[in-house]
Amino acid sequence: MGKISDQSKLAEGLDPTLPPPAVEDSVREAEERKWTPFKIGLWIAISLLGAVAWFMLALVRGETVNAIWFVFAAVCTYLIGYRFYSKVIERYLLKPDDRRATPAEYKADGKDYVRTDRNVLFGHHFAAIAGAGPLVGPVIAAQMGYLPGTIWIIIGVVLAGAVQDYLVMFFSMRRGGRSLGQMAREELGVIGGTAALVATLLIMIIIVAILALVVVNALGESPWGVFSVGMTIPIALFMGVYLRFIRPGKVMEVSIIGFVLLMAAIIGGGAVAGTEWGAAFFHLDKVTIAWGIIIYGFIAAILPVWLLLAPRDYLSTFMKIGVIVMLALAIIVVRPEITVPAFSEFAGRENGPVFSGALFPFLFVTIACGALSGFHALISSGTTPKLIEKERQTRFIGYGGMLMESFVAIMALVAAISIDRGIYFAMNAPLALTGGTVESAAQWVNSLGLANVNITPDVLAQTAKDVGEESIISRSGGAPTLAVGLAHIMQQFIGGPGMMAFWYHFAIMFEALFILTAVDAGTRVARFMLQDSIGNFIPKFKEASWRPGAWLCTAIMVAAWGAVLIMGVTDPLGGINTLFPLFGIANQLLAAIALAVCLAITAKRGVFKWLWIVAVPLAFAAVVTITASFHKIFSPVPAVGYFANNQAFSKALADGKTEFGTAKTVAAMEAVVRNTMIQGVLSVIFVTLSIIVIVAALLATIKAIRAGGGQDHEDPPVPSKVYAPAGLFPTTAEKKLLAEWNALPAEKRTQKASHH
Amino acid sequence: MNTVVRGLRGFAAYMGSLMGADAYRKYLEHFETTGHSGPAMTEREFWRDRMDRQDSNPQGRCC
Repeated sequence: MGKISDQSKLAEGLDPTLPPPAVEDSVREAEERKWTPFKIGLWIAISLLGAVAWFMLALVRGETVNAIWFVFAAVCTYLIGYRFYSKVIERYLLKPDDRRATPAEYKADGKDYVRTDRNVLFGHHFAAIAGAGPLVGPVIAAQMGYLPGTIWIIIGVVLAGAVQDYLVMFFSMRRGGRSLGQMAREELGVIGGTAALVATLLIMIIIVAILALVVVNALGESPWGVFSVGMTIPIALFMGVYLRFIRPGKVMEVSIIGFVLLMAAIIGGGAVAGTEWGAAFFHLDKVTIAWGIIIYGFIAAILPVWLLLAPRDYLSTFMKIGVIVMLALAIIVVRPEITVPAFSEFAGRENGPVFSGALFPFLFVTIACGALSGFHALISSGTTPKLIEKERQTRFIGYGGMLMESFVAIMALVAAISIDRGIYFAMNAPLALTGGTVESAAQWVNSLGLANVNITPDVLAQTAKDVGEESIISRSGGAPTLAVGLAHIMQQFIGGPGMMAFWYHFAIMFEALFILTAVDAGTRVARFMLQDSIGNFIPKFKEASWRPGAWLCTAIMVAAWGAVLIMGVTDPLGGINTLFPLFGIANQLLAAIALAVCLAITAKRGVFKWLWIVAVPLAFAAVVTITASFHKIFSPVPAVGYFANNQAFSKALADGKTEFGTAKTVAAMEAVVRNTMIQGVLSVIFVTLSIIVIVAALLATIKAIRAGGGQDHEDPPVPSKVYAPAGLFPTTAEKKLLAEWNALPAEKRTQKASHH
Repeated sequence: MNTVVRGLRGFAAYMGSLMGADAYRKYLEHFETTGHSGPAMTEREFWRDRMDRQDSNPQGRCC
């Protein structure tokens, strides 16, 4: 039954002329279980600090709460989760074995399968999973107050998100780096596997569309933003040509050049937007920008990778690490006071202006990335498992990498709630509510009856002026709010109020950069999946180099997400408000699919006692997303249910009304009818596919439990000939073994992975 | 002063590996240890090959 019988063969296969490739189990066990007074004291201190921080956030009801408590609550909980919970998963569920070679060792080719230093791979994996998602969701969820989002982000990641990433990464590594789709097919059979594939493809389209919508909302009517984000295209093209023809392989050099050019583009954007012709030329409405992104998406996805995508990736990684380090430093140094209440007036209602729906389940889908993100399963299977040096490192990279993303989400939340609540609602409510002018927006916000909120039109106008924008009213989508929050914090750290406009556009720039990279890469992956599927019927489509096939499939994919994007931009109800829940639901359904696959694999490994580790987050994700989908499909409240809204507007049209709710014309009413129908149908398809996958996984699990285990699809074990420690800091035993390896003559340890 | 310089240099090297700047060096190391019949790719060829393989094997980025 599975891998246990291979153990003795593995031991015999080890090279006797080399030191052992793993710390002896008994030595490691003894080390892990030994509690020195220092260690005990350290963990007591961490627990106490975490408890105090949670107490300050959750129970103390003062006027304000200091942002530093968010940092302490998050970091202490992460440390405890990492040290204790992920250790339980490692010890009882996954049982990694460092005597086994990883794919990077036994399939080494110097290109795709390369053993990579664990600290480098940690950063690499983190940069691949963290994008705009954790920066946007928490901002939108702040409508309900800070506490629900904070609890979900911190507890959710420890028990669900990081668990999913860790399991998927480990199982994919044991299978030579196979993708989630391939694993689903192997473990769940043809029906479950196909449903998982179709669901993944659809989810990808929705996610790309809504990310693009975030960019459109951030750049609409913003000449400065349009100029500086637009400049990233020529900058990336220049970098691509430089790397291809002038100095191949000088990645750092070109990234620094690119970074300097980016900064110049941000500063130059201010100057250009200040001129009359610049303001006129780069002042674009949202529909124009949406079409621009659609055309860009198509061209970018058919251009060779070296010209646009690869250099954009370099810029994006560079910015990502830089921004996150800077934001963390700024929050720790500035320690803003938060005036947002723990639970806002909207926490108990389902008609909030920023996103609609009740706290349960919609908060849990609004914040996906940062707490539990199904999309990560696509990254954790595939690239990263092919680079892992030793099996035990998956805990640090998979579980630890996700904790890091969660921390980014917490910082985004802190940045968003550090601004005045009146400004927050004026920025995030749809145009139909705020009316678009500072006067109407201020009046509307004050009419909400929120505690301690009394905004004047002057404040709204001044804030817009400070960040170098014409208006900040109804800039929904999360990115502009985060940018204002970040500018507010960063100017206290570097530069003062005069720098606010720069920091605002810096934030918009990096979010747009992440998103445009995701749009480009997502379109490519989706096209590839489509080509592969059509290839089952028309084999010619499987040839990646066959241009007409690639272009046709790219066009289909761009048309699909482009249609959703245009629908969101022109939606009379406000776009983000109605579409963002669909994004979250799609992402969490993907998580449910990934966890369902992991459940089946775990059951087949025969470790039934610890199955709950996978079953609990799966059950939670399934309940949340299926409930949310059912609300969206069946709710009689028009603000929540797509079909209820559809019917309300259809009836109004049939009654001959020429305006209804926020739709002021017949055309707008017809648009609502059309959009709600599409959104409703999409919800039905998603939830049906996911239920099929979950049921298939449950059947496979039950079958495995009855049989006492199941067929194992892991690659056969190969004895390892290399060694590296598991975590950030090597333990005493690890250091000792490492010294043995380092003492070998150079030619014996040629397998050594390059350290930086 | 020396430690500061060393720290900065270490950070630059870390960022370099993070972005894959050392991919060619790793390829050469692998090539030397495994011993092929033909010569190794030149740096220019290697980077071309690497980018072109990404064209036919796209990887997603996360949201």
